[in-house]
Amino acid sequence: MTEKQSLSFVLNGESREVSIDASELLVDVLREKCGMKGTKRSCDVEVCGACTVLADGLPISSCTTLAIDMDGRDVTTIEGLARNEKLSRVQQAFVDHAAMQCGFCTPGMVLATTALLETNEKPTDAEIRHFLRGNICRCTGYIKILEAVKSLV
Amino acid sequence: MFITPFTHHRPAGLHSVFDILAKYGDDAAVYAGGTELLLALKARVLRYEHLIDLKRVKELGGVRVENDFIGIGALATHYRIANDPVVLASIPEYASLSDGIANIRVRVAGTLAGNLSFAEPHSDPPALLAAMGATVQLVSADSERSVPVSEFIAGEFTTMREDNELISEVRVPVTQPNEAFRFRSFGHLERPAVNVAVGCKNDDGKTAFRIWLGAIGDHPIHAEKVETALRGVPRASLRDVLPAATEEFTSGLSATSDLHGSADYKRHLASVLMQRAVNEAAESASSKES
Ligand SMILES: Cc1cc2nc3c(=O)[nH]c(=O)nc-3n(C[C@H](O)[C@H](O)[C@H](O)COP(=O)(O)OP(=O)(O)OC[C@H]3O[C@@H](n4cnc5c(N)ncnc54)[C@H](O)[C@@H]3O)c2cc1C
Ligand code: FES
Ligand code: FES
Repeated sequence: MTEKQSLSFVLNGESREVSIDASELLVDVLREKCGMKGTKRSCDVEVCGACTVLADGLPISSCTTLAIDMDGRDVTTIEGLARNEKLSRVQQAFVDHAAMQCGFCTPGMVLATTALLETNEKPTDAEIRHFLRGNICRCTGYIKILEAVKSLV
Repeated sequence: MFITPFTHHRPAGLHSVFDILAKYGDDAAVYAGGTELLLALKARVLRYEHLIDLKRVKELGGVRVENDFIGIGALATHYRIANDPVVLASIPEYASLSDGIANIRVRVAGTLAGNLSFAEPHSDPPALLAAMGATVQLVSADSERSVPVSEFIAGEFTTMREDNELISEVRVPVTQPNEAFRFRSFGHLERPAVNVAVGCKNDDGKTAFRIWLGAIGDHPIHAEKVETALRGVPRASLRDVLPAATEEFTSGLSATSDLHGSADYKRHLASVLMQRAVNEAAESASSKES
């Protein structure tokens, strides 16, 4: 049978070493072994974005990523954005614009927005929609989310 | 969903990849982004005892420039390709295609080589790469060969790649000053229902088109009849010839009705997208001439 492997990575700014099986998916390792329950599994097929995390600053679907592929890399989950009890500017904008209802899509939306603004400081409306296209929200109708993102541009 | 346990390999060089493949044969599979393979493993459509991660194989790296082509290494992701300055400058329409694939997460993890190897018919790159005259470089432990993208996709989930071969690079000819390409893709699901790629070359006012259709069949389709109908037609007269030519061609296409749309809808889409792409490519090529 397969042996346990050691996954060494930086999670939300802290070096971590976790013992995993190579077949384990990132979403499960983050939730069950690292306690990062903000990472949600929903569609499980890379369509909805609820499981979004940032790998070296760019969004990936943790539902369809092997945890072992994060070896040596830098992973950010929603829990890694606030500093000293202070929300990040993207989180604060979502709160200020009431850009959530049930909140299930919110970790993914906030992380995707964080990556967008890191790579493109002043995105146009079309660029915002294009980048967030793969993050599905069933509650807000997207208007509040777009307002929150636009308030940061 | 969970994946049946396997042994994970992370070789640093191509030779080790071929050694592992030779040792385990059909029990082993390579992967890059895993965006297709892991879905199939989770759904239990495929199962392997050994998975070989290609991401640290040094020979398969990024994007390189040769005199007349751009070499897109097997590990280049759609995101990397879409944002690469050399790709943007030398094969701009391909950069734009890459930016339109799937969603940001699939573009960040998924590679062009993985897309072509998997040969899921609802794919964007093959039609445009065929129209551009791109080739796939295939390497094995002791040989290397080149196959045009137009011939590489043999059918649904099947390619001309042998089991002991890997894609090392996709070579895309640099777009010439008198050439323009246009790619149009449409679908209401994640993946395209139909797409069309058109190349237009302007030799002293004489235009020649290259037209390929994707996603509608199980491999890219060359619209030679439309190319012939448009040969030598002045730009001002295109509108007189084009609709009949595209409609005649697309009405004869075999298409299947599925979630992406009915067969008739897809044929209609193919004709409309083709007309738009031809007009845009012709306009763009003629403006380059002056
Ligand atoms: C939700 C979703 C939406 C999508 N939408 C689109 C779309 O709109 N348009 C589109 O064109 N595509 C779309 N795709 C497909 C996407 O382009 C591919 O998933 C991606 O490019 C595959 O690359 P990968 O590196 O992740 O492949 P992997 O999953 O790593 O590998 C795929 C296959 O290729 C083989 N392979 C990988 N690299 C090599 C190599 N170098 N040599 C030989 N074999 C190799 C693997 O063994 C495996 O069989 C979508 C995919 C998803 C999941
Ligand atoms: S759960 Fe991963 S994208 Fe939907
Ligand atoms: S707030 Fe409920 S899914 Fe977006």
